[in-house]
Formats: sequence, structure tokens, C-alpha cells
Amino acid sequence: MATFQLNGKAVTPKSPDDAPLLWVIRDEIGLKGTKFGCGVAQCGACTVHIDGKATRSCVTPLAAVAGKSVTTIEALDPKGAHPLQAAWIELQVPQCGYCQSGQIMQAASLLKTTPNPTDAQIDAAMNGNLCRCMAYVRIKKAIKLAASRMHGASA
Amino acid sequence: MNRIVQPVGPAEPLGASRRSFLIAAAGAGLMFSFAGGVGEAEAATGFAPTIWYGIDAQGVVTVNVIRCELGQHVGTAIARIVAEELEADWSKVKFTHVDSDAKWGLMVTGGSWSVWQSFPLMSQAGAAGRIALIDEGARLMGVPAASCSARNSVVTGGGKSISYGEIVAKGELKRSFTADELGKLPIKPAAERRLIGKGAPARDIPAKTNGTAVYGLDAVVDGMVYARPKLPPTRNDSSVVSIDDSAAKAVPGYLRSIALEDASATVPGWVIIYATSFVAANRAADLVKVTWKSGDSAKVSEADIQAHAAALIADPKSGSMVLDDKGVDAAFAGAKKKLEATYTTSTALHFQMEPVNALAFEKDGIFEIHTGNQWQSLVLPWLAKALGRPEDKIVMRSYLLGGGFGRRLNGDYAVGAALASKAIGGKPVKLVFTRPDDVRFDSPRSASVQVVKMAFGEGGKVIAMDHAASAGWPTEVMAPFFMPKGVNGVPYDPFAISGANHWYSVGAQRVRAVSNDLANKTFRPGWLRSVGPGWTNFAVESFMDEAAHSVGKDPVAFRLGLLDASGRNSGVADGMSAVGGAKRQHAVVAQLAKAVNWGAKLPANTGLGMATTFGQERDMPTWTACAARVHVDPATGKVKVEKLTLVVDAGTIVSPDGARAQVEGSALWGMSLALFEGTEFVDGQVKATNLGAYTPLRMADVPEIEIIFVESTEVPVGLGEPATTVVGPAIANAIFAASGARVRDLPIRPKAVLAAMKVKA
Repeated sequence: MATFQLNGKAVTPKSPDDAPLLWVIRDEIGLKGTKFGCGVAQCGACTVHIDGKATRSCVTPLAAVAGKSVTTIEALDPKGAHPLQAAWIELQVPQCGYCQSGQIMQAASLLKTTPNPTDAQIDAAMNGNLCRCMAYVRIKKAIKLAASRMHGASA
Repeated sequence: MNRIVQPVGPAEPLGASRRSFLIAAAGAGLMFSFAGGVGEAEAATGFAPTIWYGIDAQGVVTVNVIRCELGQHVGTAIARIVAEELEADWSKVKFTHVDSDAKWGLMVTGGSWSVWQSFPLMSQAGAAGRIALIDEGARLMGVPAASCSARNSVVTGGGKSISYGEIVAKGELKRSFTADELGKLPIKPAAERRLIGKGAPARDIPAKTNGTAVYGLDAVVDGMVYARPKLPPTRNDSSVVSIDDSAAKAVPGYLRSIALEDASATVPGWVIIYATSFVAANRAADLVKVTWKSGDSAKVSEADIQAHAAALIADPKSGSMVLDDKGVDAAFAGAKKKLEATYTTSTALHFQMEPVNALAFEKDGIFEIHTGNQWQSLVLPWLAKALGRPEDKIVMRSYLLGGGFGRRLNGDYAVGAALASKAIGGKPVKLVFTRPDDVRFDSPRSASVQVVKMAFGEGGKVIAMDHAASAGWPTEVMAPFFMPKGVNGVPYDPFAISGANHWYSVGAQRVRAVSNDLANKTFRPGWLRSVGPGWTNFAVESFMDEAAHSVGKDPVAFRLGLLDASGRNSGVADGMSAVGGAKRQHAVVAQLAKAVNWGAKLPANTGLGMATTFGQERDMPTWTACAARVHVDPATGKVKVEKLTLVVDAGTIVSPDGARAQVEGSALWGMSLALFEGTEFVDGQVKATNLGAYTPLRMADVPEIEIIFVESTEVPVGLGEPATTVVGPAIANAIFAASGARVRDLPIRPKAVLAAMKVKA
């Protein structure tokens, strides 16, 4: 049984150690914001942060997060007002919205390491996140908008 | 809908012409409703069975939206149409996506129909409410109604004012409008609109940024078990011989496996693997061994499907004549010059992000299906047959859809979930497909073959055109009642030919649609975003380019010459939404040519190509033109799309930003289908079952996109799909312009471009 920090609280799920973290979070713990898309780490809908780094939870076994800190979309910001989330709303990014938890978590991880990403850096970081509605134009714009606000002084 | 398939439309919105519109105080609120059929008796007492919106004593307006939300922000658009004529304060307007109920009439979300079909009905419903509120407000204030007006949920007149909430709380509202009266209610002139055409944030968006939006996959109920389907080798002709679950019993949480018995024949051969968690159901399903007996479709390949389509087309007597003018054969016989080309497209998948799933259980005598679905009215009869109970003892609860694109028009997964629950006594079962499950039993866009011919007279004048298309027909397989008859009396699937009946004046014209029965047997063909026009226009618009070059004309000038709005292309015969006819298509092409500086010199290996379509249907034309600028690597055949420019005339734009979002996404869909998406049937199954093998467009592939909307106050038409129809042929034509390679098969792979370049050389 693995114990880990989920959104700042210690949890010890009953699921088997080899259960994918995605289903533990969704079905045992009941946080539904993290989504299931492909099951093979190719679409990014299940992206969470593990010790701050964007990770595909659908292929991460529960045992792998023992002692680690996991953050889901529900806790990216206590009020859901992370600059990325604000930019997503301002630019009306989501269409169906199903991939957007993963997109936002991936983008948040990018902005932590690369505060002012270039187009190429955004493409490289986000290319693993499929948006089937193909809202890519706005996703990219929103990342830039959030980056400029978070690091306005240097932008 | 080509007047071919006319379930509903502005001319007779949702059957409202047979109904009266009623406004009545009910409980603490006010109801606005249509009464009809069995409702008439109840209507006489002031209560109506059909409720489109209500206002409570606090003045909060709640609009009931029968369309599902799958990324188009349809609730916001429809609520704003109501609020515009109701003169409601937008901050007090809400909406709900309702559950299935016979009272709503046809429940379907597709065809880019939602705004088009809702606009007249919801506008007039709003206007009726405003009139009733003004009358009652005037009475309460003791001033003549004629001196009153409404704005922002307040009635003002004679120096006094009263809010809608107060009127509902204090008044005695009871008024009805006959269908005639309702139909005659004037809709505001465009200049007076305060909400339509103005930007407003979509109400569904914030929840989609913080994890709180609830999709079908998120539906839960106490005591539910999980299940995964174990799918048979073929979609239509497999039956279970035996099940061996001995290995699965080692999986903790595994419960049992049951072969479904389905009187509706929707899910033949499906075995349900039950467990206490999805993880266990998933693992157990891999270990359960099922032996099936399958029919011939287990041997069918993509090449077989294509060869069958080609053979069908080769028989001139096969299929349905959608158009068959006199003189086609004579024109070809006497032509100075003829041109013929064959176009093919591969099987394409929906690959919506949320794999299909449904939660089903029986409660208080009602079978509840919790799922995202696009066509409740289609699946309810299947459910009734499968469950052996009347439709009024079944309800489909609405959830957000993690993408639809037409996949969830086919509600087969809901039948699977319902039967999975029925098989264990109606206990709640959450049936979840893995991605490969979802893809294997997708309702894919059928592979297609099209043969297009043109006859030219003196001076390259076009005198006749003949277009034959064959593909699997989703409407024949799932909704045959939706099929109109061709001029030879043979029914056809409008969603597998629309587009071929274009607005070019080409002299004597023949359009023939042929059902590919081998495709229909092998899989369940689906409606995929932009349906027929998504592939028929690849042929029409590639061919128009070829035809122009064959007579030495510029492709833009050639098209403009044929878009003369004469005869059947004047728009007169196609209803109120087609006002202007081909003139409007001519206009978007002309505007596009100007916007992209058509004819200007481009760098080496770079080309500009264009295409134009009328979107989805002749009686709901979305006049669309696109230019693609591409670079073709002469060494590899790799195509890079540098820029897409689109000009769209969709009539009145209800939600400008939402409209732009739909065109951005649907244009990229067109590009993805043109260059990146395609699979094939091998031994009766699709070859690509997950990402890696199936490769939709990603962020790094996105070109620069410029979108120009024509300013218009005409009837608003659809926007969810039209851009998809035009991008593929624009890219194909741009590849020709850049490299001389004419590609006639979708998706366009680098290898095919290289091969076509050699043909040219």
C-alpha cells in the first residue's frame, strides 16, 4: 500500500500497487477532473504533476508515487484561478473541454521550467497533448498570455 | 438537408406549426411552452407538457436546451437567441441540457443544425414571452400596454417600471398564441439586436478549466459495478460460442462474464466483463477467452471494400439517381473534350477524446442511462427493443460529451450498458470502453470511391457533368427512415452524397449515390464530422481544379464562371436559408481571391490552392471558400501547410467568438483528415487501434490561419462542419500548384505525392 500526498493531503489508497494512478485518483479517490483518453501515454488527457512535473497518470503505477506529491487539476490553484486557467477563460480556449485538464497541467509544468517559452518550445512541450477539437490556436495563445502575465516584468 | 431529408428546419421548426404556444403561471414561476397532441387537453387548463423556458419570481430565466454540449457552446447560443427577443437581462438567464423525454420532440445534435433549426423557434418563443410580460406588466402598473416596452427584464411605460420577476410574482399570466400568431411574431431587425452577434463568454467554459465539468465518464451512482466489453471479431455477424474465464478469476475484484442477449441486434456477440473496479474489469477482459462464430466479414480488407465500390460504380444501373438531367449521355457523346477522374478516401476514425461509455441501472421502474449522446431519439427505440420495455420507461440522462464528431449519434454503447445492467437484474453498471475497444467498434467514416466526369463543348464550355459516389451508408444502416428517394425511386443516404449536388452550373448533370453493401456488412458506417461533404468535395473541388487546368483556365476564374446562380442554382428552390444561391458562393470565392492575392508569384516548391463548398446541405448552405498555401519537399514528398485562409458566409453570426472557434477547429479537422488521418480494414477490423498508429494533427502541425466572416443578416446557418469540407481539396490543389503532383486519394501521404510527381515528370 502506497502512501502519497494528493493535492496536499496524505492518502493511502486500497488499490493494488500496480493499478494505474489515473484510475486510483478517479475511481477510488473520486477526483474526476483528470481524464482517460488513450491509456498509453499518447494523448495527455490524464496529465498530473508528480513532484511538480507533468506526468501521464494512465501509465504510472500507484507504487511509483509512494512518498511523492501528486497534484491534479483540482488543486493547481486553490481558486481555479491560475494564470493559465484565467487565460483559458479569457481566450475561450476549451471546446468539448475533455483534454483541457491535461493541457493546462502540461502547460503549467512548461511555464515552471520555461517562463517565457518560444513558439517552438510550446510546440515541443505540448505536442504530446492531443486536442481532438483542435483548439490548438487558442491553447498556444493562452499559454503566451499566461506567461506574459506571470513574468510580465521580463516579457 | 437538400430538401431530401427534412426532419426539422426553419420552415417548420420542431413541428411547432401544429402546436399552440402557451404562457401560464405555474407554481411559483412562469412557463412558456408548446402544447400539441395529447397535450391539448391539459393545455386548456393552463399547463403544457412541453416547456422551453421558464421565469421564476426572482426573474431568473431558465432555458431548456435539447442539444447536447460537445464543444460548440450551444447552450449559450440558444439561450441568447431566446433572451434577445424576450428582452431578458443576460445575467439572469441560465440554461440546462435536458434529459430525454418524448415532449422535446426530435433530440439530435449534429449536421451543424442546432442554431439554424433553433433560431426561428426560439426567437418567436422569446418574443411571445415578451409580449405576454408587457401586457401583464402594463395591467399591473395601470398603464396602456401600447405605451410600454421591455428591456433588460424590466417593463417600462407611463413613467413607471416593473421587473419580470415582479410580474411573475404578482401577475396572473395566462396567454396563448396559435401557431399562426406565433409564426407571424416579428423578429427584431438586425440593427436592434443587443445580444445576437455580440460577444459573450460561453457559460460552459469555466468548469472546463478546473476539473469540475462532468462528462459521461464521470457519472457515478452508489453501488455500481464496473464493466468492460469483450468485443467480437466482427461488428455485425459474430455470435458467442463459449466463454472461459478461468484465468480471469485470478484478478482481484473480477466478478463474472456474461454474453449479452440483444433483441435489438445492436450489440451482437458482445461479452460483458464485470468487476468491482475498472482496473479489474480491464485486466480480466484481457484474460477471458471467448470463442465466437463469425461470418464472412472476418475476411474483408480495405482493398476489398474499395474494389467493391469501384465495381458498383462501373454498373451504370446501380444506386440512386440524386440528379439525372435529360441530355447527360447525349452531351458526353457529342462533347469536344471529356475529362474523367477517380478519387478515393480511406477509412477514417472519430477518435473523440472520451472513449464511449455509459452507466445504466433500473430505478423505480425506469431504466436510466447516464451518458453523453448526440441522438437520443435514435437510440431510445433500440433501447426499448433491447430492454423489452416501452420508451417512456427509459430515460437518457444528459452529460457533457468529451467530443462527439458524430460518433455519439450512434448510441450502440448505451444499448450495451443497458443490457449489461439488465443481465444482472438492473443493478448499476458502468460500462467503459478502452481506447482500442472504442476504436475497433467505432462507426468510422467509410472508405469511398468516386468517379467524376465532365463534358466540354466549344471553347471549353462545360456542357455536362456526371458524379458517382460509393461508400458505406450510415443512414441506411442506422436510420433508414431518414433516406429520401432519388429520381429513379431508389432511396439514398443524403449524408453520403451531399456535396456532389453542388451549385455550379454545369449543363446537364447527373449525381448517383451507391451504397457499398460490403462496407455496411463489415462495419457500422458512421456519420463523421462534415459527413458526405467531407469527402464528396474532395472529388468535386479537386476535379474542378483539374477541369480548369484541362481547358487552360485559372481555377478561380473557372469556378466564378460556373457560379452564375442560374436555373436551379438561383437559390429560389432551396428555401429561406439559401437566399441568393450561388451568387453568395461566387462572392466568397471572389473575396478569398482578393484576400490571398491570388495569382501572385510564390517561392519555389510552394503553391496556393483553393476550394469552395456550400457546407453541408443545399437548403442550409454555409458558403465557404479556402485557400491553402503549402510547401512540398521535392525530395521526400512531405507537405507542410503554411497558411489556411477561409472566407465564410454563414448568414447571421449568433456568437462571433464561438463561430470563429468552430471554424478554427473544423478547418484543422479538414487538414488532419487530408494529411494525417486514415486507417484500413484488415480481416474485418480496423488496423489502427490507438495513437501511434492513428495520427491526428498535433499542435506543431498547425499553420497560420486567417478567417474572414462575411457580414450578413440572413438566416444563421451551421458552422460546426463546413470548414472541414473545404480544406482537404484546397490542400490537394495547392500540392498540385507547388509540385505538379495530382493526388486523388485521402489521406495524402508523402509517398503518394512523390509518386504523383513522377507521373507528372
